[in-house]
Amino acid sequence: MRFVDEFRDAELGRVVAGELLATVDPARHYKLMEVCGGHTHAIYKYGIDDLLPDNVELVHGPGCPVCVIPMGRVDDGIAIAHEPGVIFTCFGDMLRVPGSHGTLLDAKAQGADVRMVYSPLDALRIAREQPDRQVVFFAIGFETTAPSTALTLMRAKAEGIDNFSVVCNHVTIVPPLRALLESPDLRLDGFIGPGHVSTVVGARPFQFIPERYGKPVVISGFEPLDVLQSALMLLRQLRDGRCEVENQYARVVPYDGNAAALRVMGEVFVLRPHFEWRGLGFISQSGLRLSDAYADFDAELRFATPGVRVADPKACQCGEVLKGVIKPWECKVFGTACTPERPIGTCMVSSEGACAAYYNFGRFARRREREAV
Amino acid sequence: MSATGRGERAGAARGERAGVARADREQRVLSIIETARAKRAKFRDERVTMAHGAGGKATQGLIEGLLLPALDPDGAGTLAQLADAGTVDGDLLLTTDAFVVTPLRFPGGSIGELAVNGTVNDLAVAGARPLGLSLSLILEEGLPADVLRAEVEAIATAAAAAEVAVVTGDTKVVERGHADGMYVTTAGVGRRDPRARVAPDALRPGDRVLVSGPVGEHGTAIMLARGEFDLDADVTSDTHSLWPAADALLGAAGSALRCMRDATRGGVASVLNELARASGVGVSVREADVPVRPVVSGAAEILGIDPLSIANEGVLLAFVAPGQADAALAALRAVPGHEQAAEIGEVRAEPPGMVLVDTAFGGRRVMDQLVGDPLPRIC
Repeated sequence: MRFVDEFRDAELGRVVAGELLATVDPARHYKLMEVCGGHTHAIYKYGIDDLLPDNVELVHGPGCPVCVIPMGRVDDGIAIAHEPGVIFTCFGDMLRVPGSHGTLLDAKAQGADVRMVYSPLDALRIAREQPDRQVVFFAIGFETTAPSTALTLMRAKAEGIDNFSVVCNHVTIVPPLRALLESPDLRLDGFIGPGHVSTVVGARPFQFIPERYGKPVVISGFEPLDVLQSALMLLRQLRDGRCEVENQYARVVPYDGNAAALRVMGEVFVLRPHFEWRGLGFISQSGLRLSDAYADFDAELRFATPGVRVADPKACQCGEVLKGVIKPWECKVFGTACTPERPIGTCMVSSEGACAAYYNFGRFARRREREAV
Repeated sequence: MSATGRGERAGAARGERAGVARADREQRVLSIIETARAKRAKFRDERVTMAHGAGGKATQGLIEGLLLPALDPDGAGTLAQLADAGTVDGDLLLTTDAFVVTPLRFPGGSIGELAVNGTVNDLAVAGARPLGLSLSLILEEGLPADVLRAEVEAIATAAAAAEVAVVTGDTKVVERGHADGMYVTTAGVGRRDPRARVAPDALRPGDRVLVSGPVGEHGTAIMLARGEFDLDADVTSDTHSLWPAADALLGAAGSALRCMRDATRGGVASVLNELARASGVGVSVREADVPVRPVVSGAAEILGIDPLSIANEGVLLAFVAPGQADAALAALRAVPGHEQAAEIGEVRAEPPGMVLVDTAFGGRRVMDQLVGDPLPRIC
C-alpha cells in the first residue's frame, strides 16, 4: 500500500529505535503521554513498546471518543432509542458502552431499532428514505468527527429534513488537557499530540502546553514510524533543553488547522458551559451543543430524556486510566470483572480505549519485558 | 549534567527497583486473567445479541456455557471436542451449517454456493471425503422465483464441482418479514480418510502453521457488497471446496498433519485461538508472512479492520509436524487455487492458550478473538 507501507518499514523502525537509545539519558526515566486513542491503538497493535528504550514509558491519555462518554449520556441515548417510531443510529463502538441498565446493543435485543452507521450522513440518508420515522444520530468525538456532524446538520437543514435529530456529545481536546496539566498527581515529561484532531484545529491551540506548563508537544501521525519518530523528537527536545510544539504530522496537519472545518463547526455548535466526562468529572467549556440556529435538530430538546447524572461504577477506575495515573492492569477489575466481553468501564469497550488495547494486544509484551529484567 | 544529576540518578535506581516490583505485580494480574480465560466460557446474557452469532468470544460463551452443558454434560461425547464434524460411528462423520448471508448474491458467490462449500469444507478439514448432503430451504413469502431458481442452480453447480450429491431435503415458507429472502441449512456426511489423524487437541510445540491462500477475501467482498461503505474494490468471495487441498495435505503429511480448520467466521484469529486453547499450546504468527492481497489489506486499512479477523470461505489452516511441513506446503501449492499458500508461524509451548504475533514492524502483540463482528473505527 503506497503512502502507508513507507511508514511501517521495519528497517527504518530499527534505525529510529537506535537513535532513541542514543538520545535518552540512561539514568533518567521518561514518561510521555500519547493523548489520542488512535495512538494507543497503534502502539499496542504494532508492538511499538518493544522498540522503545526501557526507561521510556508511554502513558495513555484521554483522547478516546467512546471512553469519555459518561453513563448518564448513554442512559439518555437508550431512553430515546426506546421511544416509539425512533430509529437510533450511532457508531459501532458506541453500541457496547454500558449505561446504568445495559448497553444500546441490549436495547436493540429488547426491540429498540438501533442501527450502526459509519457516518452521520448514513443516518441522514435513513431519515430521507423513511420520512415517517424519527431518526436520531448519537454524535460523539472530538474535533475530528464534529465537522462531519456539522456538515450533516447543514445538509439536513438545507433539504428541510425534519425527522432527523442529533444527540450532541461532541467534545473539545484542549480543556481536558488543561485539566490534566492542573492535576497534582501527574508527572509527565511531554505529550505525543493528537494528529487527527490537529488536522482540524491545527497546532496553534497546543502552544499553551509548553508556554504555560513547560511541557514539550509533538503532534504525531498514526503509523508506527510516526509514533516512534514523535517520541524521538520529544526526547531530543528534552535532551536539548527545548520546549515547544513540533509537528511531526506536517504531511496532514497545517499549523492553523482547517479553516473550512472550523467554520462549519462555528456555525452549527456552541460551547456548553460545562460537560461531564467519564472519570474526569465536569470540565467547563469542554462540550458542544447545537447552536440556536440548529435547535430544531437537537434530540435533547425533541425528546424527553432522563438527563440524570449517573456516578461511575465504584469498582471502575477509568478516570485514573484516562488521566494516565494508573496503567490499565492496575485497575482493580481489569481483566477479571471487566473484560472486552463484559466491559464495566468505557476504556474496555473501544479498540482505542487503553484497557481494550492492552487487553487485546498487550497482555504478553509486558511479560516478556519482565523476563528480560 | 545539571546540578541535580546525582539526585536524578539515585531516583532512577529507586525507580528501577520499583519498576521490577511493579512488573511482578503486572505479571500476577496477567496470570490471574489467563487462569480466568482458561475456564469454560459462561453464558450470562439476558438476551441473544448479534455478537452471539459472530464467531468470536460471545459465540464461544453461547456454545460452552449453554449448548455443551446441556448436550454433552460430561464432555464424553463428540460434541465437546468442538470439531468441525462429529463422529457418528467409526469413520462416519456428520456436520451441519446454516447460512443467513445478506445480500444473497455477492461478487464471487451466493448463498447457495456457500451452503454447499461450507458444509463440504467442514468435512474436508475433519479429514473426511464428503459422501452426501441434506438441504433445507427456509423461504420468505414473496421471494422472486428467479432468485430461488438461481440459488438452486448454484447449489447444483457447487455440489457437482465438489463431487457430492444432495440426497435429501426439506422446504418451508415463512410469512413476509420473517426471513431475509431465504435461509439455507445443509448437513453433510463424510467418510474419514484412512490417512487422517487430525484433532483439535493434537497441536505440539514445533508444529508449523500453514495457510492455504490469501486471507480476508470473502468477508471483505460481503462488506463491500452490502454497499454500506461507498468503497469499490475488485474483491470476490473465495468460496470453493477445500477437499482437494485437504486431500493434498493428507497425501503429503499423513499422520504428521495434526489438525486442519477452515477459517470462516472470526477469521484466522478465531481458529488459532480456539486451537491454542484446545491443545494447551501457544501459537506464534509472523504477520509479514500472512498472504493478504493488496486490495483486501487496502479495504481493511480504510475500515480499521484486521484482515486476520475477517471471514473466509475457502481458506484452511493446517498444522503440520516440522519434518513434513515443507512437503505439505509444496503439495498444497500444487493444488489449483492454492498457489499462494504459505507457512505463517509455528506452535510453541508457551504461553499456553495464547496467540502471539510478530508484527511486520518488528514488535510483538497478542492476537485475540474478537467479541463480536469486527467494527470499523471511528476516527
